[in-house]
Amino acid sequence: MSAMEYAKELDLRNLPCPMPVVKISKGIKEVAVGQIVKAVTTDPGALTDFPAWAKTSGNQIVETQEASGEVRFFIKRLK
Amino acid sequence: MDPEVTAQLEELRARLESLEQAGPENKLSMVVFSGDLDRALASFIIATGAAAMGMEVMMFFTFWGTPLLRDPKKSASGKDMMGTMFGAMLPKGAPAAKLSKMHFGGMGTKMMQGLMTKKNVASLPQMIDLAAELGIKICICDLSMSLMGFKREEMLDYPDLLYCGVATFLEQAMGSKVQLFI
Repeated sequence: MSAMEYAKELDLRNLPCPMPVVKISKGIKEVAVGQIVKAVTTDPGALTDFPAWAKTSGNQIVETQEASGEVRFFIKRLK
Repeated sequence: MDPEVTAQLEELRARLESLEQAGPENKLSMVVFSGDLDRALASFIIATGAAAMGMEVMMFFTFWGTPLLRDPKKSASGKDMMGTMFGAMLPKGAPAAKLSKMHFGGMGTKMMQGLMTKKNVASLPQMIDLAAELGIKICICDLSMSLMGFKREEMLDYPDLLYCGVATFLEQAMGSKVQLFI
């Protein structure tokens, strides 16, 4: 897996619905437009929830990695 | 450009603008009718999720949903007999809400709350705090307040709280993309 550059990392492990989406929506606003946030979650629902959130909030998931019960999202702030 | 084409373009632009104004906005309007713990939790999970997705959210608390917003630390005096009775029989705020199924005289609800803590799920009072933090608007039905004899001084200190009637809810609902009744 390539190492992706990111401006901020959010540890969302052990947080169930709706907290991962609530926290990423706040966290993404803490970086500049064009920058990337890495979010690590253990919520299986996040795999479908994060793309849905990104689509409606106008952000872009540039990469999704799954490893050892964790899902890592790299999300670019678009606006 | 041909003046006729320019005029047509202008007209189309005006029509598009009025259409955009008439269409529903990126809002969620929700009626919280139930005072059950499970339904209330679902309401707040959907509401906070919607706020996270950039939606403007309004929750309208009516009937059995109203006592969820009582502040357990506050009390009100000067109630009539019916008001005192309702006050004593209905849950005093979100911490006292019961499950709609498997309450089992309190044991089921306690077990569910224990399970929620274990699984790191936010409690109902925590969800209300989160909703406040996310700028979710709450409206309390005035009719329910007076029917159940609740006084404003015994309700939660919530930042964006309004006492209103059905017209306020409908006006919000008409301009919302999503409307729910829970």
